Amino acid sequence: MGLILEQVNKTVEGEMHLADITLDLASGSRNVILGRTLAGKTTLLRIMAGLDRPTAGKVLMDGQDVTGISVRKRKVAMVYQQFINYPSFTVFQNIASPLQISGVNKKTIREKVMETAKLLHLEDMLDRMPAELSGGQQQRVAIARALMKDSQLLLLDEPLVNLDYKLREELLEELTAIFKKRDCVVVYTTTEPSEALKLGGHIVIMDQGRVLQTGPTSQVYRNPASVDTAQLLSDPPINLFDAVLKDEALTLGSDLAIPVTPPFASLSSGQYRIGVRPNHLYLHRQSPEDMKIESTVEISEINGSETFIHFLYSGYKTVLHEVGIDSRKIGSDITVYMNPENFFVFSKKGELLISPNRPNTRSQGDLNGTNLSG
Amino acid sequence: MAQICLDEIAHSYLPFPKTDEDYALKRIHNIWNDGGAYALLGPSGCGKTTLLNIISGLLKPSKGRVRFDETDVTELPPEKRNIAQVFQFPVLYDTMSVFNNLAFPLKNRGFDKAYITSRVTEIAKILELETVLHKKAEGLGADAKQKISLGRGLVREDVAAILFDEPLTVIDPQLKWQLRCKLKEIHEQLKLTLIYVTHDQVEALTFADQIIVMYEGWIVQIGTPQELFEYPDHKFVGYFIGSPGMNFLPCIMENDGVRVGRFHIPVDEKTAALGKKATGRLELGIRPLYLKIHAREMADSFQVPVQSVEDQGSCQVVTLAFSEHRIKARIAENDPAPESMAWVSFPKEWIRLFADDQLLK
Amino acid sequence: MKKWQDNKGWLFILPVFLIVAFSAIIPLMTVVNYSIQDIFGPGQRIFVGTEWFKETLTDPRLHEALWRQLLFSGLVLLIEMPLGIAIALTMPTKKGLGASLCLVLVALPLLIPWNVIGTIWIIFTRPDIGLMGALINNMGISFDHTASGLHAWITLMLMEVWHWTPLVILLAYAGLRSIPEAYYQAARIDGASAWAIFKYIQLPKMRGVLTIALLLRFMDSFLIYAEPFVLTGGGPGNATTFLSIYLVKIAVGQFDLGPAGAFSLIYFLIVLLFCYLFYQVLLNVGKGEAS
Repeated sequence: MGLILEQVNKTVEGEMHLADITLDLASGSRNVILGRTLAGKTTLLRIMAGLDRPTAGKVLMDGQDVTGISVRKRKVAMVYQQFINYPSFTVFQNIASPLQISGVNKKTIREKVMETAKLLHLEDMLDRMPAELSGGQQQRVAIARALMKDSQLLLLDEPLVNLDYKLREELLEELTAIFKKRDCVVVYTTTEPSEALKLGGHIVIMDQGRVLQTGPTSQVYRNPASVDTAQLLSDPPINLFDAVLKDEALTLGSDLAIPVTPPFASLSSGQYRIGVRPNHLYLHRQSPEDMKIESTVEISEINGSETFIHFLYSGYKTVLHEVGIDSRKIGSDITVYMNPENFFVFSKKGELLISPNRPNTRSQGDLNGTNLSG
Repeated sequence: MAQICLDEIAHSYLPFPKTDEDYALKRIHNIWNDGGAYALLGPSGCGKTTLLNIISGLLKPSKGRVRFDETDVTELPPEKRNIAQVFQFPVLYDTMSVFNNLAFPLKNRGFDKAYITSRVTEIAKILELETVLHKKAEGLGADAKQKISLGRGLVREDVAAILFDEPLTVIDPQLKWQLRCKLKEIHEQLKLTLIYVTHDQVEALTFADQIIVMYEGWIVQIGTPQELFEYPDHKFVGYFIGSPGMNFLPCIMENDGVRVGRFHIPVDEKTAALGKKATGRLELGIRPLYLKIHAREMADSFQVPVQSVEDQGSCQVVTLAFSEHRIKARIAENDPAPESMAWVSFPKEWIRLFADDQLLK
Repeated sequence: MKKWQDNKGWLFILPVFLIVAFSAIIPLMTVVNYSIQDIFGPGQRIFVGTEWFKETLTDPRLHEALWRQLLFSGLVLLIEMPLGIAIALTMPTKKGLGASLCLVLVALPLLIPWNVIGTIWIIFTRPDIGLMGALINNMGISFDHTASGLHAWITLMLMEVWHWTPLVILLAYAGLRSIPEAYYQAARIDGASAWAIFKYIQLPKMRGVLTIALLLRFMDSFLIYAEPFVLTGGGPGNATTFLSIYLVKIAVGQFDLGPAGAFSLIYFLIVLLFCYLFYQVLLNVGKGEAS
């Protein structure tokens, strides 16, 4: 049971918008569609909802072919980027509106509205008008309305993109909890890898109208099928280096020789691409196998509790993700350590060959946060 | 470039403000240094845009004076203040080429052609706009457009300050990053006074040397990213900076520590002394990053139930039930995730006490 | 970008299609039918092919009327467009009582029926008792639109400008209001003069509404009938005999339905052609590489 898309294609005026999308989204699952702007996320969502018809392919809902059926006859709820509410209705009426149309009795409506309002912390503002609410509250009302419907499919198209980051963080956490309790198919689109990771569940990575990879989010994160998925699901982007394996020696960049230890032993001579996530580069030696590289800081970016240090390593743009605050002057020297254990190895064409063993490759038994700042 | 002095500024949008509530800006008294990079950070409605408009001259404050160096500019309109501003959405002259857009402020001020050409070319090079100089501005991407807006500020050598009003709102995340680096680079290169308004902590903390955190019309803290993170002056700063925000636990002083529900948490002498002197509602604050999770019992650790563990890729966030409160701890990607129960400890050096929302120090 | 592909959508426009068919297409076909026949009376008609078209196209009186009409429309556009924009620029920018009052005052002429307008101006410009006519004559200038062709033209132009400039004002004002405040702020900071603001911000941003204003004003003035009919009846002489007045003279006055039909079609095609030209020009203004 759930939503199945079979070989869905969408062409508009000869231009390909979606190509061969085949997806199987189970009931009760949380699915995040991740991709840059114009990757085809919204187009796909509209086809799922029944707002658009695919040029070719089938859409099945709980085993039934719904391809040509209009949105009104499907049990679909949708939340948009913009905060869309009925401006002349109170918050209560807004939330109640999906039920009023279907003619449920007043008492049941009141109970359900109260329950949903509580879930989204709207119980104190039921009598207000949407225009009197802040952006975050308006979007909560829109989400509450979507939740009121007993829908098989709940679609959210970048619902948090227009909110302040702190509100986004809070609402995302609440939404994750709410989604976990629903037994409908939840589909959520976003451009931000961090949002996809926080929501968890399943991920669909899209690029230029195609699906690159699907699977449970943490699995895809740890085994990205290609360089492209690794890049899309990493913020800041994953570090990539060209490497050459010749005469039993793997050389990364211009001169960094990597010992060909067990994980790499299976590789034959040739060219490869090596990926290392920014949080696997360290400013302090973590283990004896660490390789040392030296460079100068291009910029150090700080988000409230983390620092991203950008530098060039033999011509490659490289980022180090450090926990804690570490303002460094542009141009200052840094020494960076990385462990080949953490390397993703991709073929020259970008397909994944080896991914690091996880989790707990270097657990210290007692985890008192070895890589904290200080 | 100039030093900016805000002398007892207050502003209300109402004609006859009475109470504090009527003021969008309560009382701002500050001096911002020449060549500094400042960020005004806060949620929507905190007054940051009001303050920016007062500096640019688009608004005249209800009270107080604005001075650039020694000149009182309170009464001067924006065009007489020698400031430049980059807006939330790219503001361009659609019918002009990129070159003419950049040259516009200079042409208006009557500079000669040779100077304009050389100056525009120089700025275009810094902003990496040389290749599109003779294209129309209309058809370019949002990031290029925003660079042009910035360029119109940079071409003038006499600007006292460049003001940014959430300039990266319309930019794709991948490009945001590049523009942020560019901006920082320009600041290092040209040593301009830059004032940047944003609700995004990454933008603020990356960009600025000094962050001005605003909340409900007040400046709640001015400090470096490190200061905001380690010593948030106000609960709001602790909550707003960092992801997830700081944990706060209502507590009372008890012997050499504090009591939270059924737990006694030891604190260091200095903190204890501060706590004993303080009056008002007392709370303990600690960053999720500094909480330690152990698989077995350690000194001063408390056994609590684990509510959830979120795998966020580069880290894991553990939610714990602590007495009747909920706290979050952030652990590394490779750390083993605790199961139903975990031992948590509070390192003394990272415990902060707050009385009535203010940090004790 | 995205087009509705549900075929049921066509059902919804069927009623409109039928109404348009009855109100426009069928009458138009009737006109086409007339234009190729010579009609003597009910049931008495012969097919004449393109003869009426030939006759109409070579009619010197029609040529005169066409030039007169073009001159009239050209002058109307030349006066009303800049005037409308200029007045819109001076209107209050902030929402409030002032702006609302201005809008109501400006829109007043638009609310008066067209034939009433003609009557108002007849009285207004009468040399003996009209407020304007008497005033000018008292200043020692002889002014009478029933006697002098030039005076008739001046009166007509004044009336047309008074009546229709408000439409341009309203459209231009709406266009101006939709420009975000940030553009003005940026321009002030860039040190732009009022003229530069107008040229580089206001005018380009108003292009859409001005195109509409121009098209509407051209069509209306090119098809003008009621006002000159009431005011001057096409005279003195033929001084204000515009295309539509001449057409009515042929069709109703002389009852030459065939030539009138041909004339109507030609008239229709001329309007269509001009609208197309204006539209294309305005659509492409400012496109392509910048200078």
